[in-house]
Amino acid sequence: MKALILVGGFGTRLRPLTLTLPKPLVEFGNKRMILHQIEALAEAGVTDIVLAVNYRPEIMEKYLAEYEKQFGINITISIETEPLGTAGPLKLAENTLRKDGTPFFVLNSDVTCNYPFKELAAFHKSHGDEGTIVVTKVEEPSKYGVVVHKPNSPSRIDRFVEKPVEFVGNRINAGMYIFNTSVLDRIELRPTSIEQETFPAMVKDGQLHSFDLEGFWMDVGQPKDFLTGTCLYLSSLAKKGSKLLTPNTEPYVHGGNVLIDPSAKIGKGCRIGPNVTIGPDVVVGDGVRLQRCVLLSGSKVKDHAWVKSTIVGWNSIVGRWARLENVTVLGDDVTIADEVYVNGGSVLPHKTIKQNVDVPAIIM
Amino acid sequence: MSLQVPHREKPSSGSGATKAVILVGGSSRGTRFRPLSLDVPKPLFDVAGHPIIWHCLTAIEKVPSISEVYLIGYYEESVFRDFIKDASSEFPNLSIKYLREYQALGTAGGLYHFRDAILKGRPEHIFVLNSDVCCSFPLNEMLELSDSRDAEAVILGTRVSEDAANNFGCIVSDAHTRRVLHYVEKPESYISNLINCGVYLFNADALFPSIRTAIKRRTDRPRLASHRSSEHLSSSFMIDDEDSEKNEVIRLEQDILGDMADSKQFFVYETKDFWRQIKTAGSAIPANALYLQKAWQSGSKELAAPSANIIPPVYIHPSASVHPTAKLGPNVSIGPRVTVGPGVRIKESIVLEDSEVKHDACVLYSIIGWGSRVGAWARVEGTPTPVTSHNTSIIKNGVKVQAITILGKECGVGDEVRVQNCVCLPFKELKRDVANEVIM
Repeated sequence: MKALILVGGFGTRLRPLTLTLPKPLVEFGNKRMILHQIEALAEAGVTDIVLAVNYRPEIMEKYLAEYEKQFGINITISIETEPLGTAGPLKLAENTLRKDGTPFFVLNSDVTCNYPFKELAAFHKSHGDEGTIVVTKVEEPSKYGVVVHKPNSPSRIDRFVEKPVEFVGNRINAGMYIFNTSVLDRIELRPTSIEQETFPAMVKDGQLHSFDLEGFWMDVGQPKDFLTGTCLYLSSLAKKGSKLLTPNTEPYVHGGNVLIDPSAKIGKGCRIGPNVTIGPDVVVGDGVRLQRCVLLSGSKVKDHAWVKSTIVGWNSIVGRWARLENVTVLGDDVTIADEVYVNGGSVLPHKTIKQNVDVPAIIM
Repeated sequence: MSLQVPHREKPSSGSGATKAVILVGGSSRGTRFRPLSLDVPKPLFDVAGHPIIWHCLTAIEKVPSISEVYLIGYYEESVFRDFIKDASSEFPNLSIKYLREYQALGTAGGLYHFRDAILKGRPEHIFVLNSDVCCSFPLNEMLELSDSRDAEAVILGTRVSEDAANNFGCIVSDAHTRRVLHYVEKPESYISNLINCGVYLFNADALFPSIRTAIKRRTDRPRLASHRSSEHLSSSFMIDDEDSEKNEVIRLEQDILGDMADSKQFFVYETKDFWRQIKTAGSAIPANALYLQKAWQSGSKELAAPSANIIPPVYIHPSASVHPTAKLGPNVSIGPRVTVGPGVRIKESIVLEDSEVKHDACVLYSIIGWGSRVGAWARVEGTPTPVTSHNTSIIKNGVKVQAITILGKECGVGDEVRVQNCVCLPFKELKRDVANEVIM
């Protein structure tokens, strides 16, 4: 089987992290975002993966070559010279996607969940129509486009309602699909939207079904959601009883959902958790308090610091008695001086912060 | 027209007996020192490990000719009893007495009311110190200037920035002779950046006559203003008791100093050393810092020895318990029986007696009230103001807030809670983050 991952641009919404690495290479739960998806696809029997990008991804190639070897699959990069929207990239990669005539997966690279590719493929085969989109239940459907099914059918889609005022359903497009190759006949090579143009045509022909996603789902395209998505991901690991999580018997673990790379060092008298990810080669000093945060590889949090709802970028240093909170994001190689308070600061790479940031601000 | 100074028997070179008066005010005053003055009279509030007026006494003790000190104010007698007892043993060369005004008479009115006591033993000079002043009190230098100029009065002056000057009494002086040419209290327009420090040295023979002149003028003026008919004028010298009391509200700054400038025998000693007013509760933080630095420079043995975790100057009361991993300083005072836990950071702050700061907490630019508790990983924080500033408020999001965070008596800050630029009245528990607020 084959898959296309819609990567798109460099990921400006996830800056300042994406000033250093393209979004698919940012670690989510101590694993690069793209690797979560490649791993799940390979496990579902996918042999060819196309990454649809619209920038020159030199830095990606090295990692992709590694993953090809690791999973024994082919990964190609399909570069758009102009952005082709969400459907155009499928046409651009037509040659690969048509290979062997079996259905192919399409997924948005911003989405995190327990990828249900095997079950999705089986369901798709069972109904025999052209396409299946994964849908997820949301609490506030009025903010999204809601899927409405045909009467007497649990899965065949009747229509989409954008931001419904009245309740019509609570299932929304989760950004993951499986299509028969015939869908490529519906798409022209031009900037075009799969949601706006392709799906309505398929719905009209009664060819589009929905598949309910189990468990969590999150678009992690921006820092706030990246943190929330990390919490959901860690909770799902806990639910599965994953060995990756640090056991709650460790004296410093507080409230669970703590993921620590084995190469990280943790000081004395710390209180860590819930919902904390600590990357490779991170050094956490004595008496540090961490909760709902992500420490990316090579970063250092010094003694007695307090960090909450924060992403500490690669190789960054958080000073002693510093306090970071309210979706603070430190880019690569940022230094927060001792005793400094940062409230919702987005700090660009290589900056040193010596004074309090009392209100949310971007520090250039 | 200058006041007639009688010929003195002693030559000006040798100082005769000198007395000192510390004006301590009363509980209805000093409201700006709340919430701390709700529990302790401002003059007895500890900065750099000692009550504010203790710092005055250490300076007074260094003047050899002073053996008697009066505290004048309108607090109840009992308020200063313990302090006077302790100070009398600590300063054995000084006799310290509290003279209580039964009503606020004004700074000069109070002096005048107790003139018999003050003049007993015929002192030649009288120092008058406002207790809400923090400075190095160069009293001997003032005395020298007084003797060399045969002065009726010497005022301590200091230079401040031009935009701050109008908040103080302003002195225009002759740069060469140091003679005060003009004195005006809180002028509307800029007159001089040399301001009144609230420390005076008077010639005993000149002080009371000039207060009397001011009282007389006060007595005459309201009568003339309120009773226009001539039949009342004839009885204007017959002052009934009630009026006489009212008219004794005479303040040194407004009613006396201006006249003294006319006397030609009024001089200013300009200090280049530190000077701050202790008005708001937050101003105890710069005062604490300045007195600690003074103690550090003079090699005081009271201060904690510097180390990796003690950045001098730091005062730690012998009965306090500070964990060796806590990092303190600079400019920190830790009061009696305080507990400071492991990994705590305290900087530019006063921690008052019986309070506790738990592990990994951070206290910056703050005053922790008596018996208060700061939780683990909590952050209690004020905002540093410029060293040269005489102001303890700052503008945050367009609103004036106190730069120094102050916890009143027996307040609690929960674990991991952050308190910034807040003033918290006694007995409050802070369980959530707060910033830029007064917490009732």
